[in-house]
Amino acid sequence: MSDKVLLDYGSGGRASQRLISELFLKHLGNDELDRLNDAAVLSLSGKVAMSTDSFTVDPIFFPGGDIGSLAVHGTVNDVAMMGAIPRYITCGYIIEEGLPMADLEKIVASMGEAARKAGVKVVTGDTKVVPKGACDKIFINTTGIGDVIADPAPSGDAARPGDAVLVSGTIGDHGLTVLGTREGLDFEAKVQSDSAALNHLLVKLVSELPEVHVLRDPTRGGLATTLNEITKSSNVCCELIENDIPVRAEVKGGCSILGLDPLYLANEGKFLCVLPGEYADKALEIMRADPLGQDARRIGTMTDANPGKVVLVTPLGGKRLLGMLEGEQLPRIC
Amino acid sequence: MSFELLEKFRDPDLCRKILDKMESELDRELRFMEVCGTHTVAIFQSGLRSLLPEKVVHLSGPGCPVCVTHESEVNAFLDLAGRDKVIMATFGDLMRVPGDKGRNLKKAMADGARVKVVYSPFDTLKLAKENPDDLVVFIGVGFETTAPTIAGTMKMARQQGIENLRILCFHKTVPTALDALLSDEAINIDGFILPGHVSAIIGVEPYRFIARDYAKSAVVTGFEPLDILQSLNQMIEWRNKGEAHVSNNYTRIVGENGNPKALEIMYEVFEPCDALWRGLGLIPGSGLEIRPEWEQFDAKKEFGIEIKESPSLPGCKCGDILKGVKQPDQCPLFGKACTPADPVGPCMVSTEGSCAAYYKYKLD
Ligand code: SF4
Ligand code: SF4
Repeated sequence: MSDKVLLDYGSGGRASQRLISELFLKHLGNDELDRLNDAAVLSLSGKVAMSTDSFTVDPIFFPGGDIGSLAVHGTVNDVAMMGAIPRYITCGYIIEEGLPMADLEKIVASMGEAARKAGVKVVTGDTKVVPKGACDKIFINTTGIGDVIADPAPSGDAARPGDAVLVSGTIGDHGLTVLGTREGLDFEAKVQSDSAALNHLLVKLVSELPEVHVLRDPTRGGLATTLNEITKSSNVCCELIENDIPVRAEVKGGCSILGLDPLYLANEGKFLCVLPGEYADKALEIMRADPLGQDARRIGTMTDANPGKVVLVTPLGGKRLLGMLEGEQLPRIC
Repeated sequence: MSFELLEKFRDPDLCRKILDKMESELDRELRFMEVCGTHTVAIFQSGLRSLLPEKVVHLSGPGCPVCVTHESEVNAFLDLAGRDKVIMATFGDLMRVPGDKGRNLKKAMADGARVKVVYSPFDTLKLAKENPDDLVVFIGVGFETTAPTIAGTMKMARQQGIENLRILCFHKTVPTALDALLSDEAINIDGFILPGHVSAIIGVEPYRFIARDYAKSAVVTGFEPLDILQSLNQMIEWRNKGEAHVSNNYTRIVGENGNPKALEIMYEVFEPCDALWRGLGLIPGSGLEIRPEWEQFDAKKEFGIEIKESPSLPGCKCGDILKGVKQPDQCPLFGKACTPADPVGPCMVSTEGSCAAYYKYKLD
């Protein structure tokens, strides 16, 4: 194969075949994918959760991950947030002509590795190569499907006053890492993306606890936006204790330099869990027993005070609104 | 500054003590204005706003560079965006600022204009080198805080022989604006929280006139809750004694004479000029323009741009808000026709604008 991705590789002809067998099957292959049929035949039973997402991250390689593993983690997590065991994923690659073959291979290998770790099979896929400039290096779409085991399945409108609000770890790591890498900013202490598949931990959580009202991963828009979505659809108020929200010192520092708020930064390996107050300690125990949840904290409580709003109790004891993010966060002038 | 040290300026117990003291010492209303948008945000973000005694009336002044950028200045850079062979470079804050006919830089970009958000003016040097056939135009807004870095960028561009960089210079200076505010009869302010960043450059001296000519107090202040509370408390004490002073409460960053080196670079490249402020109108001597020796970088000259007084946006009360005459929620458009998603006036656009801060943080 050539050392760059050429338009030919998306032609459907021999070049495409080579790309698929020498690269994609090598890293993603399994009994279903290897058949190279037009569609995958799957066995699932009962209720099924399904989710799709497209990944367009810039840069495609960043400390702590890359677009390949991210495309698995993102979709696996979305399926798992419904109280489901993710089983299968599909992937669609849109590649810009000229992408170094070595980069593509790194991405596909990383996707394969992430899928194996998460215990999902890539069962069908598609590759397109587009002319230079028609996309930015590489876009990946993944769709995931899994068996729902929670009954009832957690849902964004199920939060109730009295529920505890938990977060599985530190906030803002992914968003600051990607932004910092993109802009070539050097943060004193290195920050890393938290990109990870949360399904094993989530399955443990929903199978060991009698009731989990909401599970959500605070990706784009961050913790603040996700909580706003939950309080709006559940018509409850979330009272957050600022001091209890775990944020790494490096992330706090980086954010204060750039004029960003970590509560609005994307996370790719964290989740929010809303459940009846009496189960909070048990949930924290389960979370902390897993490396991906070792920094889990209770950060607040759902109340009926200001329905639809997120209220932040600051370290001074003052209260203020924590609103939705409007557009993207833009760094301030000085 | 280390994080541990900063924590000291957030000590909740100390803050509580000062708040109680203020409460007991205030027998009448005190109207204070913070000039800098970062203070506005800090006061809300820390929750201070909800804890201040009722008698402390908190006003946000003309301290956000985005807010005070005049309509015609906004239209001028929007006119340039999308021109052939022009790459606009800007700080992120300006991307959503509305110009006439609902235009803004984001929309211009969608229409094909080349706009690049930079984190430092120095990034424009690289941009210019990478695009030798284009003209990179940097939108220079801001106060004495940003002007020296832009001056430094121009010096460096000259050293490196970069010929395709232009600066669209809309810089403004803070003390002149305060002077204009204080001389307006309609304005009723007891004291100023003076900007920390701007003062780090200009020092304390340029503010002395506030006590001398107008018998009002003003304190250069940092951005932590204790910084702000101490400054307020100080002003209450002075007022109770019938005194007025200008002082520096942010000595860990701000020296009496500021940063002479930065000032020197700034005045080597820029000279004072009259400037139009949004909501405040023309303030003589309150702007900075590029000196003739540096006019090779001057985008206004290059494109023949003139900044003119223009009718203000119908309904928008930004002028009154910047002067502290009205609070954001007293504007009839606030939160209705005007929201951060669809801002009418600049005070709602900038993250440091007072309307945006009210909308974003105010609970009731
Ligand atoms: S530009 Fe600087 S001084 Fe002005 S509002 Fe922003 S932070 Fe404050
Ligand atoms: S609410 Fe909007 S229209 Fe009213 S003063 Fe503020 S920015 Fe202007």
